[in-house]
Amino acid sequence: MPILDHLWIIMALPLAGAALNGLLGKNWSKPVVNAIAIGSVSLSFLAVLELIREFAQLPAHQIPWGKDYFTWLTAGSFRIGFSLQVDQLTIVMLLVVTFVSTLVHIYSTGYMAHEDGYYRFFSYLNLFVFFMLTLVLAANLIVMFVGWEGVGLCSYLLIGFWFLKQSAISAGKKAFLTTRLGDTAFTIGILLAFWTFSSLNFGDMFKSIVQMPPDTMARAGTLTIIAVLLFIGAIGKSAQIPLYVWLPDAMEGPTPVSALIHAATMVTAGVYMVARMNPLFSRAPIAMLVVAMVGAATAFYAATIGLVQTDIKKVLAYSTVSQLGYMFLACGVGAYAAGIFHLMTHAFFKGLLFLAAGSVIHAMGGEQDMRNMGGLRKQIPITYWTMLIGTIAIAGIPGFSGFFSKDEILEAASSGPHRNVVLWLLGLVGAGLTSFYMFRLVFLTFFGKERFDHHKVHVHESPATMTIPLILLAVLALGGGWVAAPHLMGGTDHFEAFLHPVFAAYAPQEAGVEQGASLAAGAQATEEIESNSTMELVRAITGPPVMVAILGLFLAWWFYIRKPELPGKLATSLHGPYIALYNKYYVDEIYNALFVAPLLFISKYILWHVIDEGIIDGVVNGSASAARGAGGKLRQLQSGNARSYATWVVVGAVGFAVLLLALLSVSH
Amino acid sequence: MSVPFLVFFACAFLSVLGAVLLLVSWEPIHSALSLILVMMSLAVLYLLLGAEFIAAVQIIVYAGAIMVLFVFVIMLLNAGNEERTDWSKIAKVVGLPMAFFLLLLIARGLSRSVIGATIANGVGARSNAGVSTRDLSTALFRQYLFPFEATSILILIALLGAWILARKDD
Amino acid sequence: MDPGEERRLSIIPISYYLVLSAILFGLGAVGVVFKRNIITILMSIELMLNAVNLAFVAFARAHGQIDGLVFVFFVIVVAAAEAAVGLAIVIMITKNRESLNIERINLLKF
Repeated sequence: MPILDHLWIIMALPLAGAALNGLLGKNWSKPVVNAIAIGSVSLSFLAVLELIREFAQLPAHQIPWGKDYFTWLTAGSFRIGFSLQVDQLTIVMLLVVTFVSTLVHIYSTGYMAHEDGYYRFFSYLNLFVFFMLTLVLAANLIVMFVGWEGVGLCSYLLIGFWFLKQSAISAGKKAFLTTRLGDTAFTIGILLAFWTFSSLNFGDMFKSIVQMPPDTMARAGTLTIIAVLLFIGAIGKSAQIPLYVWLPDAMEGPTPVSALIHAATMVTAGVYMVARMNPLFSRAPIAMLVVAMVGAATAFYAATIGLVQTDIKKVLAYSTVSQLGYMFLACGVGAYAAGIFHLMTHAFFKGLLFLAAGSVIHAMGGEQDMRNMGGLRKQIPITYWTMLIGTIAIAGIPGFSGFFSKDEILEAASSGPHRNVVLWLLGLVGAGLTSFYMFRLVFLTFFGKERFDHHKVHVHESPATMTIPLILLAVLALGGGWVAAPHLMGGTDHFEAFLHPVFAAYAPQEAGVEQGASLAAGAQATEEIESNSTMELVRAITGPPVMVAILGLFLAWWFYIRKPELPGKLATSLHGPYIALYNKYYVDEIYNALFVAPLLFISKYILWHVIDEGIIDGVVNGSASAARGAGGKLRQLQSGNARSYATWVVVGAVGFAVLLLALLSVSH
Repeated sequence: MSVPFLVFFACAFLSVLGAVLLLVSWEPIHSALSLILVMMSLAVLYLLLGAEFIAAVQIIVYAGAIMVLFVFVIMLLNAGNEERTDWSKIAKVVGLPMAFFLLLLIARGLSRSVIGATIANGVGARSNAGVSTRDLSTALFRQYLFPFEATSILILIALLGAWILARKDD
Repeated sequence: MDPGEERRLSIIPISYYLVLSAILFGLGAVGVVFKRNIITILMSIELMLNAVNLAFVAFARAHGQIDGLVFVFFVIVVAAAEAAVGLAIVIMITKNRESLNIERINLLKF
């Protein structure tokens, strides 16, 4: 049956898995739960493969392919349907989401083997995949928002999976509330978009956008405002400055959750949204600048914090925030394909890094502090090698996937149509810092002397269910970049070519010319490959990004292998900056004082005591006692005393007579 | 001062006197007798107004039957003196002034109303002649036949009711 | 006014009757409120009815219409019925309560 007609199956499979495991999984054995969970996600992956096969046969004018399944909301002429669409961008995202999800599910059977609430974990994980797929397949902003909110919910549920742990619950709440702030702006953006474009369907919106005059750097019109509002939502969801604070705390959740949600899929939803709305952003230069600035700043800022963290997962968390910054930097300078490419490679190597970290933690019996590790290289070889591959990828060493994607981004920042030297510089320094702290992580964990008691901790390699996904991801982290090998390396940029229709369909005229030009240049270059490929290759390999990557590797080796006492000395001599970095610039404390504490105060003293207890209860109780009092008084009328009755009759008669005579004299 | 006026004032005085005595007496039997006095004087007043039939009915039915009934019941129940208990507060504070006020109101309202305006200055009745009994009975049996019959049924019901209420429980 | 008319008009002004009626009515109301013996209260009610009768007769004379007298007729009849039934009830109550004091009849108290 053609998947193209039944796109909903891709989402329904994980949902069914979630429902089955959630409602009935409590009584089932682990193998059954595993089968349902892994089975639903892998079936979804197979459905995506089938979808690709059918998609490849579609003629170009039918893309994006959309299906409207049922009317969800109507209000007068406003109609929101449950509509899904597929285009090249969707395909990329679907592949990433389903494949990495399947691997994480397999990994989790090993990692969570001894946990309570096993079935609950897989139910939540499946539910997350359902919402993520909804987000990716959506054909209008509302269905996307459903997915957006849904993944936030699942993130909350999974961060607080160990709900008896106070820190986990707080982290879950923090994540949900912080992203909520972004979501509020997102909602306002949706409303404004509807008001401006009269439709929330992507196709209709883009057609309307093309007919409007684009905003310029000097004029911030409606388009800019909508774009900025939507981007604020992305800031929350994708953990950029200033709403990134939830992501490090989200490490309280199980490591597979960190790998899937907080590295590969959910946090990339913001990038996906910006890429999807590229016609809007391309016509709002100020918004694009905002995106690029926030991205570059976050990339640099988070990397600085990651330099001195001691918890292995926290380093990876800040690294994720930083890499997301790169993706937004790419979108902000117009290189949407590069941003999505980095999204894909990041899913591979960051997912790999997190799963490997989980393997290390599992091997160390729960230890997460790198200061208590060391010398694990020989003892957990598979974990070591896969983690090393992931680190080399993220550092941007040529040949591995991260190199290709990061290089493309930095090149777009330095010489693309929206180039900006400051942003490029931030990205470059950030790349160097990334290399440094990632190799620091590897050296601290796997090299050097063992800084733990060999007898207390029995280091053992992880089971096959955990190592096989690691190996698969390592392969992808190694070779996944070659799909976009730029033309100078002897091939065509397949990735960008594949995604080209998505970003060129509604591109503004000037950029369209340039994109066409770059394609032409690319085609031209292919013809000249024989003559220039060697020079181009050398230029690429010796470019600034590679330089800083190797510099970072060298410095990490110097500090942590050659002269391990240096970091300590540097920390004491640069005590101020060190403390600031170690405490994450005290941002959490600042937020707490500025926002959380006043809010709690208002909530407790004003809203609770004054309004809820005083006013609302007061009104309710007061009206009750007023009624009781009035009733008590009125009850005394029923005295049973006939004389008082008679008296009241006379009083009434007098009153009536007064009224009557007054009326008579008035009419007279 | 013509004779009618004298008669009027005499009867008015007597009726008010009787009413006051009704209020002031300790014994119910005295009150009953005072009421009879009131009714008699009212009968004379009806005569003055030319309603002979009504005057007769007043004496025969009201004073002669109803009041007799009252007297019989007083005697039957051996109603003694009223108890010397204090007036209820409501009655003292509200009732007395209210009643007085009611009186004044009615008097003032009447004097100021349309009716009062036409007759307050001494304009009297349309004609000096009274109303004949024939005219009254004609009206009663023609226009007011239905109320007449209804009232007779009412009396029947009252009769039955009084009998059932007052008989001994066997 | 000519003498003939004056003679015709030398009957008592209707307003005098109305004032008398008002006084009697008021006194009756006072009696209802203040007397403690049930029978006396019933007699005060009769007094009020009588006052009203007087007013009706006076008005019948004033308008020259017979309807007022008919009304009086019916009032008297109904008063008779009411007195009969009322006294029967009084007798019943007295059998139960052994007292004619209205303040003892307070079973309708809340």
